[in-house]
Amino acid sequence: MGNYAIRVENLGKQYTIGQYQGRYKSLRDTLTTTFTAPFKHLVHRNGANGRQESTIWAIKDVSFEIQPGEVVGIIGRNGAGKSTLLKILARITEPTEGVVRLRGRVGSLLEVGTGFHPELTGRENIFLNGAILGMSRQEIQRKFDEIVDFAEIEKFIDTPAKHYSSGMYMRLAFAVAAHLEPEILLVDEVLAVGDAEFQKKCLGKMGEVANEGRTVLFVSHNMGAISSLCSRAILIDKGNISMQGDVSLITNEYLMQSGSSKPRKLVCQVDNNLRVQILEVELIDSFDDENNPLTILKCKYVVREEMKNLLLCVEVRNIADVIVFYSNDDSLKDDRKRKDGIHIVTLAIPNYLLTPGDYFVTFGFWEPGCPPEHFPAERLFFSKDETTNRLSAHGIIWPGIIYMPSTWKYIDNELH
Amino acid sequence: MASPEVLAEPAGLQPELVIRPSKGWVSLNLKDLWRYRELVFFLTWRDISVRYKQTVLGAAWAILQPFFTMVVFSVFFGLLAKVPSDGLPYPVWNFCALVPWQLFAYSLAESGNSLVANQNLITKVYFPRVVIPIAATLGGLVDFAIAFVFLIGMMLFYHITPTSAIWTLPLFVLLAILTALGAGLWLSALNVEYRDVRYMITFLIQFWMFLTPIAYPSSIVPARFRVLYGLNPMAGVVEGFRWALLGNGQAPGLMTAVSVAIAIVLFFSGLAYFRRMERSFADKV
Repeated sequence: MGNYAIRVENLGKQYTIGQYQGRYKSLRDTLTTTFTAPFKHLVHRNGANGRQESTIWAIKDVSFEIQPGEVVGIIGRNGAGKSTLLKILARITEPTEGVVRLRGRVGSLLEVGTGFHPELTGRENIFLNGAILGMSRQEIQRKFDEIVDFAEIEKFIDTPAKHYSSGMYMRLAFAVAAHLEPEILLVDEVLAVGDAEFQKKCLGKMGEVANEGRTVLFVSHNMGAISSLCSRAILIDKGNISMQGDVSLITNEYLMQSGSSKPRKLVCQVDNNLRVQILEVELIDSFDDENNPLTILKCKYVVREEMKNLLLCVEVRNIADVIVFYSNDDSLKDDRKRKDGIHIVTLAIPNYLLTPGDYFVTFGFWEPGCPPEHFPAERLFFSKDETTNRLSAHGIIWPGIIYMPSTWKYIDNELH
Repeated sequence: MASPEVLAEPAGLQPELVIRPSKGWVSLNLKDLWRYRELVFFLTWRDISVRYKQTVLGAAWAILQPFFTMVVFSVFFGLLAKVPSDGLPYPVWNFCALVPWQLFAYSLAESGNSLVANQNLITKVYFPRVVIPIAATLGGLVDFAIAFVFLIGMMLFYHITPTSAIWTLPLFVLLAILTALGAGLWLSALNVEYRDVRYMITFLIQFWMFLTPIAYPSSIVPARFRVLYGLNPMAGVVEGFRWALLGNGQAPGLMTAVSVAIAIVLFFSGLAYFRRMERSFADKV
């Protein structure tokens, strides 16, 4: 027996999909099944193996160990089994096989604001939500001011939560959860909501928690958050652990996988309900006049309803999920660009501006102050090759996110 | 639900929680429930404080519902059908039964639907699931207290003083709660899998009301069936209320004993069934 905080051995969870496909069973169904069951059994014996097809393993043969004080990220695609794993550890659902051993008080944060009631005031919700998360009344009382402070809602503490803006609601909900003080904290994708500032604040709080020596298991799609918080990561694919180890190694691998499975050309499905829509995006390798490599982003879009303030935006992120740069077509002064019809535009990304590595391109239509008009979820992928890189000419890769063309000048020489 | 066992504490280490698949019948795990007693309080308090928010009449509903039922019963059963009320004024005699009945009916309906109503909690946080139906059952007590005060007022109006047996009243309240919770545990667990239960509950309560001596006295039931009549624990509760408050009928006897026994059986079987089904709640609700 090692000195572990969490130890998972051969964990598996099986779901029956056929049986509950109709969502809810009715009594009549059960009665029917009861009467037909003996006959089904006969059919079964005759070799019809229909029953096994209707079950799936959400996770299977998962084993790992986490030391006390470790902060571990769990990553994987949607449906890989991350949430199922967390739900088992949080005791929400029971495993089908395997054993989990947990040492210390477990707190789980699978959703921000679980049990919040819109009719109750902020104050009342703090107590209710705290109790649901497993805090005692005294504990909540002691941390009450701190929670209100963190949420920045002093003025509205006695207002029913239904009158809160969604930002206030999220802040309060996270504030309560953030003040839970378990020895083992399980967190699922709670940072996916809220604005950038709020996310930053939450990440800061999470970092604090991690620094206090607590054991944290953190599921997220945000590779930046995972990289900055966790020391180790576990990559889950199709219900199995496909890799685990140092966080940068695993996040790299994950982003590579999700990148390489995407072509450098994307064709979106036509949706006539959208006022504007991106139809095709393609990344093309090219060279500028001085023979420097370029990546040309070629975008074909359709305008079905003219919108004056609409912008076509591009975001380029690096492997750590940091936005390296952003651009939009505001600077394209051409009246035709928003007229009804199909348009093709290009944007050249000078590769020499980037340090070697892999990059992801996201694009979309957006009007300032409005929700996105059309933002395909898929990302395109390109990498800057190290060998064609003049930075590494001397065998040294320069650190940094971008390469800034820098001109050094010799000014003077002072003799002493 | 996973069966947690806290093992012996190794020196210098935290107690260990072991999660593994559970099979068959599992222990009631009352210790865990005790740890979460504050949550019972908070959920009960939530149900109570939310119930009359944004209503014009507010807590007056706690009186209005049994009051108008009593008026209708008094007119049709007491005045027109001339149903006997053991020599007492029909309205107060009837209201004395409606007050515990209201508590029972409300608690049963709430607890029976409680798991489905709180599915957002069940799929996101761990706590002993039994907390939910218990809290839902207790939520009826405030309405009961309000209606009870009104009942005392009615007794004053009719110049009826409670008997010295009034101290037994909490026991009958407990019996009503226990019966409601026992049935509520069964129904709430069934409700997770069979949504038919929601409709069944409404019907069941209506049906149960006619089996309970609310509009009519239990004395019209032939004496030899009286013990059998006690199989409905609510008959014992209502009889007990009339006896302790109005001095009506006989002191609790064999019939009440049968009621208590049934309520206890209902409660523990419900708890065991609930615990057994609990493990799949989050997957099915």
